[in-house]
Amino acid sequence: MCGGWAIAVHGGAGVDPQLPAERQEEAKRVLRRCLKAGAEALQSGEPAVDAVELVVRELESDPFFNSGRGSVLTRNGTVEMEASIMDGDGRRCGAVSGLSSVKNPVSLARLVMDKSPHSYLAFDGAEIFAREQGVEMMEKSYFITETNVGMLKLAKEANTILVPETCSASAHRMNGLPISIYAPETVGCVAVDRHGRCAAATSTGGLLNKLSGRIGDSPLIGSGTYACRACAVSCTGEGEAIIRATLARDVAALMEYKGLGLQEAVDFAVKERLDEGFAGAIAVSAKGEVAYGFNTVGMFRAYAKEDGSMEVSIWE
Amino acid sequence: MGGWAIAVHGGAGVDPNLPVERQAAAKRLLARCLEIGVAALRLGTTAVDVVEMVVRELETDSLFNSGRGSALTARGTVEMEASIMNGRGRRCGAVSGLTTVKNPVSLARRVMDRSPHSYLAFHGAEDFAREQGVEVVENEYFITEENLGMLKLAKEANAILFDYRVPLGVIETCGASAGAVMALDSSIKMNGLPISVYAPETVGCVVVDAHGDCAAATSTGGLMNKKCGRIGDSPLIGAGTYACELCAVSCTGEGEAIIRATLARDVAAVMEYKGLALQSAIDYVMKERLDEGKAGLIAVASSGEVAYGFNSNGMFRGCATEDGFMEVGIWE
Repeated sequence: MCGGWAIAVHGGAGVDPQLPAERQEEAKRVLRRCLKAGAEALQSGEPAVDAVELVVRELESDPFFNSGRGSVLTRNGTVEMEASIMDGDGRRCGAVSGLSSVKNPVSLARLVMDKSPHSYLAFDGAEIFAREQGVEMMEKSYFITETNVGMLKLAKEANTILVPETCSASAHRMNGLPISIYAPETVGCVAVDRHGRCAAATSTGGLLNKLSGRIGDSPLIGSGTYACRACAVSCTGEGEAIIRATLARDVAALMEYKGLGLQEAVDFAVKERLDEGFAGAIAVSAKGEVAYGFNTVGMFRAYAKEDGSMEVSIWE
Repeated sequence: MGGWAIAVHGGAGVDPNLPVERQAAAKRLLARCLEIGVAALRLGTTAVDVVEMVVRELETDSLFNSGRGSALTARGTVEMEASIMNGRGRRCGAVSGLTTVKNPVSLARRVMDRSPHSYLAFHGAEDFAREQGVEVVENEYFITEENLGMLKLAKEANAILFDYRVPLGVIETCGASAGAVMALDSSIKMNGLPISVYAPETVGCVVVDAHGDCAAATSTGGLMNKKCGRIGDSPLIGAGTYACELCAVSCTGEGEAIIRATLARDVAAVMEYKGLALQSAIDYVMKERLDEGKAGLIAVASSGEVAYGFNSNGMFRGCATEDGFMEVGIWE
């Protein structure tokens, strides 16, 4: 039945086509490193849910992508992080939003799933729970990078968050901002272990220049993250589009209800559910397959399988 | 086109010992809300306007668990959440963690229509409310004597920390509560609390209008004695609320179960991807998606059908269709 373990990671859908070569290389190094950590865990028999948490922690701790340290800033110049995790074995889930001092949001989401009677905690309540659980907390400044302070300034100058798409190539604008200023860079990981159990996790700082209190797709079960017995999915891109598309759940629903295979389901969901929205998804199936799809210009991604196959890529 | 149709609910999971006067009051409220919706539909009001209007009525009335009359957090405060979805265009808006907004569903509507986002919560949502000039009141406005009493019982039962998701036979019962019988029969416990102490009583409305457009809205104070910051299914698109070209759905019951079931989206997905009709889709998801969870839902289809399903002990609900049919019910 099982095709061996498999794992995929992403660092966001929608990439500036002018991204400097050194930055592209750095992105690939980060993805490769995090992927390896997950692959090693799976190879040593760890369950999928542990592997995805481990990998997303790595991504959060690295300032490169938009999660944990290196998160984009809200309109107020602060960081509000969110994450979710889902264990396909039992379809259990945990999510957090509005975090400003928790070093690893995905781990708090895991604790919500495992150690609280709830599925989703946010803002002050989530931070209180974090303290009760004794998770690692940092000064707010830890999460803020020079790069992101600069990005916020540009975004405010562009002031396009409220402006509808112009006639310029819409593939190079996401969430109303030119992709040179802001690319989603949410991170995520999906894995299937040797026992065919699937899990997914997604983590982000959210939308650059967002209103404080804005929640995107990443912590929403069924939108940014989903896992069940058949597969696990993590999405990234325009949050509002992913939410209305219930993108992650739809990949699984297409497999369950329409009998599509994993890649077909990803392709169908990206093509049919997003309307004018831009997003991408990575997915694994219980059978050990890996798939991804995106309608954006590029998606930072990587995957590895037990049979030794591996890929790290950005573009189509 | 099958004409317009509307359904409302006031929560899945009803105390079998609910006093007769309370049952009557609940039915009167549901009937009044239906009448408001029906009158609007007869005038050609759009589905999304009707669901907002009806849920506002339910929030303003203190009977159910939304707006005034919301269940209380562990701290004795109110934190409300709501969502609304317009099947036409699949646009949506949601709010959580509201403490002063008189009508959460209307703020969710504003998020959908007047902000670049889909979901705002806590301080950010409250700031947005003020920017939008919606009606705000003191947090005390929402708190009723009855709910203060319920909170006390819930704390005594101290059952919220129970992991009700694990089959009851495996968990030790906790210490005696203030006389409440902690029956092992899970059909009269929800979210780990005896149904006499707490019933979800989330409210919602689904409508298909004269044009065949569908919309849904759901609103709640959430789980009695919840941790501050706890978000349930009601504001989550795809979980508590969903609407698309085919149908509109609003759910109620054990929030954690509805979330993992993506219950509202699944009704529509089963129709779209398996080709089932509305009632069959509802029956399917109720049976297959909830595992040990208890919940209920109401739904309409663009064809003018209206249907509901629940695996809980009763659900406060009502529906009306253009051909003159109207029904309000609580039990099976």
